[in-house]
Amino acid sequence: MSIRHLSISDVSIRFAPNAPDVLQKVRLEIAQGEYVAIIGHSGCGKSTLLNIVAGLLKCTTGGVLLDGTEVDEPGPDRAVVFQNHSLLPWLTCRENVRLAVDQVFGRKKSRAERAAWVDENLDLVRMLPHAEKKPGEISGGMKQRIGIARALAMQPKVLLLDEPFGALDALTRAHLQDQVTEIHARLGTTVLMITHDVDEAVLLSDRIVMMTNGPEATIGEILHVDLPRPRDRLAFAQDPRFLAARAGVMEFLYARHRNPAEAA
Amino acid sequence: MSDLAQAAPLGLRLPRVALRPAALGAMLRRAIVRALPLIIMLVLILGAWQIAADRPTASLPAPSKIWADSKDLIIHPFYDHGGLDKGLGLHLFASLQRVALGFLLSAIAGIALGLLVGTSEIAMRGLDPIFQVLRTVPPLAWLPLSLAAFRDAQPSAIFVIFITAIWPVIINTAVGVRNVPSDYRNVARVIRLRGIGYFWKILLPSAAPFIFTGLRIGIGLSWLAIVAAEMLVGGVGIGFFIWDAWNSSNISDIIVALIYVGLVGYVLDRLVMLAGRIVTRGTA
Ligand SMILES: Nc1ncnc2c1ncn2[C@@H]1O[C@H](COP(=O)(O)OP(=O)(O)OP(=O)(O)O)[C@@H](O)[C@H]1O
Ligand SMILES: [Mg+2]
Repeated sequence: MSIRHLSISDVSIRFAPNAPDVLQKVRLEIAQGEYVAIIGHSGCGKSTLLNIVAGLLKCTTGGVLLDGTEVDEPGPDRAVVFQNHSLLPWLTCRENVRLAVDQVFGRKKSRAERAAWVDENLDLVRMLPHAEKKPGEISGGMKQRIGIARALAMQPKVLLLDEPFGALDALTRAHLQDQVTEIHARLGTTVLMITHDVDEAVLLSDRIVMMTNGPEATIGEILHVDLPRPRDRLAFAQDPRFLAARAGVMEFLYARHRNPAEAA
Repeated sequence: MSDLAQAAPLGLRLPRVALRPAALGAMLRRAIVRALPLIIMLVLILGAWQIAADRPTASLPAPSKIWADSKDLIIHPFYDHGGLDKGLGLHLFASLQRVALGFLLSAIAGIALGLLVGTSEIAMRGLDPIFQVLRTVPPLAWLPLSLAAFRDAQPSAIFVIFITAIWPVIINTAVGVRNVPSDYRNVARVIRLRGIGYFWKILLPSAAPFIFTGLRIGIGLSWLAIVAAEMLVGGVGIGFFIWDAWNSSNISDIIVALIYVGLVGYVLDRLVMLAGRIVTRGTA
């Protein structure tokens, strides 16, 4: 396990020259295969941080290193699952995944290999039966699953999830959380996930990164979740270690760093 | 876009399953029930018109008189007595040919220019003001100029169609290109899809619904312009037919021709819409 897998060093960003920094000196080291959740109040800069790691935004100072290489543009080694799924509506589910696979593995794999790889990833999220449907014809949870399949199909070093289950109902959300946990256990991909949901953060992650309120938001505290895997949501509901972790995050969010809108 | 939603009222989308006679009967009944308000409305309008115009002093003919006067015209749309004495179908066909050519040219040039203006900031600053001014020129105002330039009626009429239809195509295409949602652009960036691949796989499909909206407006304007242009340039064509009927005080013929013009315009609009549906695979 290399410690310097993904390192975010002193990242600051501002969107206008005279505006205050949105993020200030964010510093975080993530190990290979680690599952890290980022939690914080709305508008603090979680998506901004994720987009900097993805390379979609450039930080004003500081930098991001992935396996020793500076991140300066987006790429398939840092696949993103966007908050609003971002599937192309004119393509079927399979074609959405295939577009990414063809683009990323166009030279490395044969046509047949690519087709098989697309189906393998659709199967991973249990969407093979719906592969021929358009995004407009499937539910929100299914769209999110296709988004995850598309990201996984790129074989990324890091999977970046921006509130992947935010818009889903509780049942679908639990179901998808289980799927993602299973995939993470199987593939060992490094995951950086934004969430608003404390339970979700505790249930899924190895570490929870709690962010202070913006502007000039930064990492306030990091909680290690030392719970054994696989984790069972039913058993955990009463587990004192789970409850302690949960209370820790709640305390940070609602006692020490209350939502600025509510505090005012 | 509102009538895109209520499109296909009379079962344009056929079910995939094989039809059993019972299902066919049910479908037929449903189609009739759907068309019923329309049928009632038509009967009411024709009835009111008949009552209002069925007087010797009336300046416009009643439906019964139109039928009596122009029965031949309605029943034989494709007769050809040589020269300009042809059935309405042939006149319409001549007009449609002009529209088809002019509209095709404007679609090609309009999409190309729209893509240019939409993707290049410099082209946009250079061309957009010109387009904004030129597009307000009424179609017929171009006619004398094009007659002077081409010295022939046929290309002049086609040019008028071209110049009428091109503006909405350019403007909508440019808007579509400029408004590729940032989500799609981000997806393209993550998978490093650029250049020609980005153009074909993201930009064009994403702009397609806008392009087809432009084309629909364009075909509608073309059809509006062709009738007026043909009145002035003459020759075989529905515009000239109407003008000729007016000169021989044949009001019934004019009314029949108007109904045909309306129906053809409607069909053209639906055709472009349908093409849009097929090309954009249902996202337009
Ligand atoms: N492109 C931009 N230009 C200017 N300001 C921006 C831009 N993107 C984000 N911001 C600002 O940066 C701050 C953080 O935004 P960000 O989207 O990262 O928040 P977030 O933590 O993801 O919020 P949420 O939980 O609601 O998604 C906000 O105050 C926002 O107004
Ligand atoms: Mg966000």
